[in-house]
Amino acid sequence: MIIFGTALLAVCHLLGIFLGDLLGQALGVKTNVGGVGIAMLLLIFARLYMQRRDMLPKLTELGVEYWGAMYIPVVVAMAAQQDMVSALRGGPVALLSAIAAVAVCACVIAVINRTERPQAQTELAPTLHDNPLLADAE
Amino acid sequence: MIEILEKAAIQNGLVTAFAVVGLIILLSGQISRRLTFGRVHGSAIAIVIGLALAYWGGTQTGGHKGLADMTLFGGIGLMGGAMLRDFAIVATAFEVQATEARKAGLVGVVSLLLGTVLPFIVGAAIAWSFGYSDAVSMTTIGAGAVTYIVGPVTGAAIGASPDVMALSIATGLVKAIIVMVGTPIAARFLGLKTPRSAMVFGGLAGTVSGVSAGLAATDRKLVPYGALVATFHTGLGCLLGPSLLFFATKALVG
Repeated sequence: MIIFGTALLAVCHLLGIFLGDLLGQALGVKTNVGGVGIAMLLLIFARLYMQRRDMLPKLTELGVEYWGAMYIPVVVAMAAQQDMVSALRGGPVALLSAIAAVAVCACVIAVINRTERPQAQTELAPTLHDNPLLADAE
Repeated sequence: MIEILEKAAIQNGLVTAFAVVGLIILLSGQISRRLTFGRVHGSAIAIVIGLALAYWGGTQTGGHKGLADMTLFGGIGLMGGAMLRDFAIVATAFEVQATEARKAGLVGVVSLLLGTVLPFIVGAAIAWSFGYSDAVSMTTIGAGAVTYIVGPVTGAAIGASPDVMALSIATGLVKAIIVMVGTPIAARFLGLKTPRSAMVFGGLAGTVSGVSAGLAATDRKLVPYGALVATFHTGLGCLLGPSLLFFATKALVG
């Protein structure tokens, strides 16, 4: 049943948000700490566990993969509701600090990623995903 | 006729949003293929169109939610809101290779810390050079350079003035937009090829919206790895901003 996959995703999502809120409260911050990240880890573990036990038929997988494939459209909708007007009205301080912060981080990313051994890449090529819904998106 | 059609679209907001976004993606795919010969990724064009529509919506309504403030496109707010966005991000984790994620664990944590501290220092220094020389304003604007959620959360905690808060949010928004649009352009320079590099990017670039859109427009397969790290970014920033970073700034400028 396709709903089992979507329900699994929903349970991981809710549990992750819940744990993230608990973590935030424990740390004394007024926000969720890594709730989505925790939910992602839960889903990864759930998949590994269920695959090993043969509890994951293709149709159940599709219930999750559909939402993974909907990701780019959702991001486009997210872009369409950014507060562009106030972002552009922020003036030179906002503009300069944002550009400088991005530039500094970009350089650090470039330096760290240059340290990665290139052989790792060749191993990686075949291990990407097996989601048929995504074949088109690429 | 037109009124009946409009009423149908407004009453079925989410369905209208699916149709509108589908149309945008169809259009951007054509632009990508015909005008740029596939050099610019269709998703990148779709995101830029989305941002342009957000600007248009903002100027039309004077609201803060871009196109979603127009009644006809209210469904965009639901489709691209935090709930469905996070739901879709979690779903991408289904494709994560656990071994890859584990291999990059440490470098992910390091980049997460750097991604909080470095933008903070840069933002606070620029705030200082523009005359915002008190510790509270410097911290709030610096925190805004981390993400646009860390800024106001930090500002509220340490009692910043409303105009500094607005500036802080604007800084974070500009940063998110630069990351969204700039990532596919700078992908080669950033070395964005492997899951590990995406996790480094997720930690350092910050803002889930920027990272997730930037990676989506670069290589869809890298999204879950970057998002996995980036989702801890806001939490870490809200943790360090009003505490450690504020005290350090205070100790420096008095």
